[in-house]
Amino acid sequence: MPQYAAIIYSADVDWTRPEYAEEIKDYQEFGQAAAAVIRGGAALYPTPTATTVRVAGGKGGDVVTSDGPYAETKEALTGFYLLECADLDEAVRVAATIPGAWNGAVEVRPVIDFGR
Amino acid sequence: MTEELVRLVRDERARVLATLVRVLGDVDLAEDAVQDAVVRALERWPADGVPDSPGGWLLVTARRRAVDIIRREARRAGKEADAMLAADPGPEPAHVVRDDLLRLVFTCCHPALAVDAQVALALRTLGGLSTAEVARALLVPEATMAKRLTRAKQKIKLAGIPYRVPDAGELPGRLRGVAATIYLIFNEGYAAGAGADVVRASLSGEAIRLARLLAELMPDEATVAGLLALLLLQDARRKARVGADGLPVLLADQDRSRWDRDAIREGVALVGAALRRTPDRPDPYVVQAAIAACHDLAPTWAATPWDAVVSWYDVLLSVQDQPVVRLNRAAAVAERDGPAAALALVDAIEGLDGYPWWHASRAELLHRLGRGPEAALACERAVAAGLSDPQAALLRRRLGAPGGPA
Repeated sequence: MPQYAAIIYSADVDWTRPEYAEEIKDYQEFGQAAAAVIRGGAALYPTPTATTVRVAGGKGGDVVTSDGPYAETKEALTGFYLLECADLDEAVRVAATIPGAWNGAVEVRPVIDFGR
Repeated sequence: MTEELVRLVRDERARVLATLVRVLGDVDLAEDAVQDAVVRALERWPADGVPDSPGGWLLVTARRRAVDIIRREARRAGKEADAMLAADPGPEPAHVVRDDLLRLVFTCCHPALAVDAQVALALRTLGGLSTAEVARALLVPEATMAKRLTRAKQKIKLAGIPYRVPDAGELPGRLRGVAATIYLIFNEGYAAGAGADVVRASLSGEAIRLARLLAELMPDEATVAGLLALLLLQDARRKARVGADGLPVLLADQDRSRWDRDAIREGVALVGAALRRTPDRPDPYVVQAAIAACHDLAPTWAATPWDAVVSWYDVLLSVQDQPVVRLNRAAAVAERDGPAAALALVDAIEGLDGYPWWHASRAELLHRLGRGPEAALACERAVAAGLSDPQAALLRRRLGAPGGPA
């Protein structure tokens, strides 16, 4: 069965703060409801904690790090799931129940199966 | 090559393709194989005669071709080809072919594909137009169109867009998406008008063909009957829409004897059937077809049943409250209650400042109210907002403003 990454873009918040307890509960409910298709995933600390890494001049070159995310956008990458679904329709149905889709957006992308 | 033969092959093509996509699970491969079979058919049938089952012949030939392609690719990759492809299947039962075609329709018009990709795919796979023809019809360079089609087929395959008919719960929404795509194709051809590239103008006929196919496949769906009715009732006026001078002729001034009576009869019957089949919630296509029927059945512009037209617009607003629908309703109110009442309605519509027809309607109504300078100003705004040259010329002529032909 194909796998899909469900990449969540939403408000750039710190999920560990108590004011997000309600939303974390929503995510826990989603996690239980969709347990059959969830193969992995993570919630991320907000973008001020991010470090962007580049290697100048390609492999073996100087490591250049910069503070912050790859792209500054209104909604940030705040987490992702790995889903295993029958087809895109099922993946979209599941993605629509991710709380991030209710106030942000969820990008659904097929995962490459190199073993095929 | 007889035209009849070309049409026969084209009609069978979509059915064969639909079945092969299911068997192979790959639109691109199925298309290549069917294309090859079509070429062979057009080479051999004129000499050998048309086989008893043209569709069956095409399917077997295309399938063999697909097996060849798969084997070749498997050899290249050092793998075994799928054994299940080896045996030739018997002819597919009619209901399977019907379902295959529906699957193809819903896959091509899947909401995960961009609308322009849906339009291109529908014309290519269901309509059987070549990539070059689709490109010409949609005014896009051929290379761009080839890329668009390839990308869409890649997405179907890689993102796992399913090859199936939506279940009852999703069907109404998905069907409206299919109808919107077909209507868009119709409008591309309708907007092209007379004098346009033949391929481009043929898009209206192509859309009617697709709507007919859908009506055959889903005879009980009000949306489908409404769509076909709407297309037929609008297309019935095609010959009267452009004057001898090449300028568009407004509905009010059209020579109604040039309207296509057969298309109107069929469209009106479909509206009736669709209304009987309409569930509790009115369908926007059926309602728009009912409005078109009011116009098509009126012997003259003056004899149009404006009360009925305005009422149908009220129904349409209850399911589709859009500024453009309000604008069209106001045009009917102008005929029923006069230009002053209509202008008040038009002025109250928000969000159409960039829409040329909003300004054009104001120009027309202001002109009828004898407010010439304001009408001229509104006309200028309509042109600035992008009113097409022929439409602008027509509007100027109606207003008697300078710049238009006498």
